[in-house]
Amino acid sequence: MTVAGSPAVTTNVGRPFLGGRRFSLDWVGAVPYLVYVGLFLILPSVIIGIGALLDANNAFTLDNFRNLSRSYVVKATIDTTVLSAITAFLGAVFGALLAYAIVTGSPNGILRRLTISASGVLAQFGGVTLAFAFIASIGPAGFVYLFAQAHGFDFYKQDLWLFEIPGLDLVYLYFQIPLMVLVFLPALDGIKPQWREAAESLGGNTWHYWRHVAGPLLFPAFLGSVLLLFANAFSAYATANALINQGQPVLAQQIAGALSSEVGAYEPGFAKAIAIEMIIIVTLVTVLYTLLQRRTARWL
Amino acid sequence: MKLGSFTRHLGLAVVAVFVVAACGNTGGGGAASCSAAKTAKSAADCGGMDALVKAAQAEGKLNVIALPRDWANYGAILDGFHAKYGIAITSDNPDGSSQQEVDAIKQLGSTSRGPDVVDVGMAVALANTNLFAPYKVATWGDVLDSQKEPTGLWIQDYGGFMSIGYDSSKVPEIKSIDDLFGSQFKGKVALNGNPKQANAALNGVMMANLAEGGSLDDVSKGVDFFKRLKVAGNFSKTQATTATVKNGTTPVVFDWDYLSAGHGKDVPTWKVFVPSNAILGGYYAQAVSKDAPHPAAARLWEEYLYSDEGQNLWLKGLARPVRQKAMTDKGTVDSVAAGKLPPVNGTPQFMSDAQSTAAKNYVVAHWDAAIA
Amino acid sequence: MAVAARSIQRTRWIKLQVFRYVVFLLAAIFFLVPLGAMVEFSTRANDGSRTLDYWMAIPSYPDLTGAIVASLQLAVITSIVMLVLLVPTMVWVRLKLPRLTRIIEFMSLLPLTIPAIVLVVGLFPMYIWLNNNLSDSILTLSLAYVVLVLPYCYRAIDAGLGAIDVKTLTEAARSLGASWFTVMWRVIVPNISNAILNATLLSVALVLGEYTIANNLLYNNLQVELVHLARDNAGVSIAVAVAALLFAFALLVVLAFVGGRPRRVHKELATNLAGPLAASQT
Repeated sequence: MTVAGSPAVTTNVGRPFLGGRRFSLDWVGAVPYLVYVGLFLILPSVIIGIGALLDANNAFTLDNFRNLSRSYVVKATIDTTVLSAITAFLGAVFGALLAYAIVTGSPNGILRRLTISASGVLAQFGGVTLAFAFIASIGPAGFVYLFAQAHGFDFYKQDLWLFEIPGLDLVYLYFQIPLMVLVFLPALDGIKPQWREAAESLGGNTWHYWRHVAGPLLFPAFLGSVLLLFANAFSAYATANALINQGQPVLAQQIAGALSSEVGAYEPGFAKAIAIEMIIIVTLVTVLYTLLQRRTARWL
Repeated sequence: MKLGSFTRHLGLAVVAVFVVAACGNTGGGGAASCSAAKTAKSAADCGGMDALVKAAQAEGKLNVIALPRDWANYGAILDGFHAKYGIAITSDNPDGSSQQEVDAIKQLGSTSRGPDVVDVGMAVALANTNLFAPYKVATWGDVLDSQKEPTGLWIQDYGGFMSIGYDSSKVPEIKSIDDLFGSQFKGKVALNGNPKQANAALNGVMMANLAEGGSLDDVSKGVDFFKRLKVAGNFSKTQATTATVKNGTTPVVFDWDYLSAGHGKDVPTWKVFVPSNAILGGYYAQAVSKDAPHPAAARLWEEYLYSDEGQNLWLKGLARPVRQKAMTDKGTVDSVAAGKLPPVNGTPQFMSDAQSTAAKNYVVAHWDAAIA
Repeated sequence: MAVAARSIQRTRWIKLQVFRYVVFLLAAIFFLVPLGAMVEFSTRANDGSRTLDYWMAIPSYPDLTGAIVASLQLAVITSIVMLVLLVPTMVWVRLKLPRLTRIIEFMSLLPLTIPAIVLVVGLFPMYIWLNNNLSDSILTLSLAYVVLVLPYCYRAIDAGLGAIDVKTLTEAARSLGASWFTVMWRVIVPNISNAILNATLLSVALVLGEYTIANNLLYNNLQVELVHLARDNAGVSIAVAVAALLFAFALLVVLAFVGGRPRRVHKELATNLAGPLAASQT
């Protein structure tokens, strides 16, 4: 959190190049990353963006963006954003608790390595098989449901919520929580025991420690993880498509539908416009996150 | 272990079978080989069937796309082709839709991994003839004019009727489509796919439409049927797969009869029902890619598919091959397999391109709201 | 006084252990029950009896081995390229270009905002050029995969770098005459080894589980091959899915054991959190 370039941290790199002035070539260090990402990410995004402005005859059109106001797209936008926010927040909280439980154990223990490996696997587990895992356990023919039903508790009495958004919330948590564990654990590793001791020696209890010491220090990493979880849920496709195949409640399904429809609803330009809309939404959330970060940094 | 070589994917190699040598001009066994496979419009252009086979074997490879092994017995067809000709087959994107097949031609057609041949729904075939190469198979004459494009850009291959498949041990016998509103069907009825996207699902909605008294020109009764089904709590929005069928989550599925019959493998009590007042048929179409990286192999594959052997393999998959009538007349049809086809008592109807487009437009506008 | 302090420590330690076990129990139930349902389904025959037939059918698919090896190679290449690209860049940005942080962070998030099914549309032109001019091999997928793992790995490494004082460590090393390479390799990396391990685990898991891009570019990696298998038979499809999970899990466990290093800081952390009473018991 110190400022680069201040005299206290001048190192040998960035020696004056041209006539004594500090002409820094530091930015060269970031070039490989920028070039790589530029080539394999920005370029495809630009291609997609251009595609969103073309119609079937490759003529310029704004229709694709106008069509974003179609009612089912608006509904999907809202539903997907809310779904992502809920699973990001819940996933972050439960994941943080699980990560804390792991990190307070033996650092070289088997439990830690097993749970980290399991988190790695489950964080990427999704799609048709994850949907089926839930269908086979708590679905209408699943053993958990049948067991509960036999004992008088029919949790699908009102409606089959597993195949609606609430079901998707639950299933998404299955990969959101392990992802949180994996990305948040290094931050928890950085908690120094001295902080706890210092808080105690100043008369603070557990609550004071978390509220005033560890909490604020972990908050940036926590917030960053929430953002990651949000983006992760926002663009997830395969799991939603397997669980709720009708109605396309998730934006990514709308895109896939417009791209792969074989009955004539093939609208590649429209699909790309939706993709641009998704990028804009996540950009807005990222900006929000940056503002929040700055505000919390001021508390320190 | 060497992995960079192209012959890595030998597993699904299939050999095409010689179909009929009727069109061979040069009397067999010649050293003539097909030098202009890319523009050959028939086996004759190539110098005869033998020359075509030799050229295909010289190419050594065939790229197919979106041919799952359990779809209309394609597994056996792929294996048969490989066994007969020794040509390696690479099978890509097994779950792909017809649109993705033609997209692959557009995007990757000129590279070595581009698809050689495609098997697509009629809507996609009609919209993409600029991607296909004209080719007339040896048995061209056996196919009705209404089922092929005059210059050979596409030709229908197999078809079936839209049906309601169900597990008779989990739900009562279905005698009419309105039975589906019964209380024993709560949360159990599913479509194979999304009608805004998949051919099978759109035809499912149209079949319900016809069964409810609607016409081919107006699919609103079909959408309304599913809306009422959803309100009754009987419509399941999840994707029906072989696993969900076996596990009992989706014991009732609207699907093509040949695909539905495949569930009988997992569920011995599976039955297939076609409403007598709604016999909706649909055929798929074959086409050769204009930019096929292996043009001779592509054409040989077509010859195999339209040979008696290929057509009978589709029959074994309980699909109705396009040459079935001609083969029955000639006596080359596999009568045992033909006997297993679900009986159809009535006049089949088929959606025309205009009707299909109208149905699609209505569904796109109303489906999501109807089943919300 | 000391007795009172020790009993506070002891109650805290007990509360901590109770908390841990409750959390682990709930997590175990939530995560293992669906997996158990899959195992149950994959061992159920048509008549309801238990069978291992579907599991035994797995090795008989010849294409599977080739796909597994290809995916493993992709995992290795992707992880290495990702680490070489990310770690030096992130350290450099922290030290020299802090104003670029937000931009780098946003760019690392971008792959997540674009669903793979659309991203592949943008990747097509590049892959056509690659295929025609450089290589047709499935290993070219790793170039796209590095971009896909960026969001997760960035976050993991960022958390790790945030927990150590990069500036002081670098200054100290540089003032002792270390070259930049030595600073990276022998000072920074060992201190963020856990974060690097996590990033590698995430990267390997993602590559092994990736389907959409490989499928639409018409490559047959592990997941695409699994879909081929899945179309054959319901029982086999679920057996194969569980087998793939177990395989990935075993791989990651091996990685975790190879990569994890004993760290004195953590031992201190554990004993201090637990209190002097626990320390006397370890």
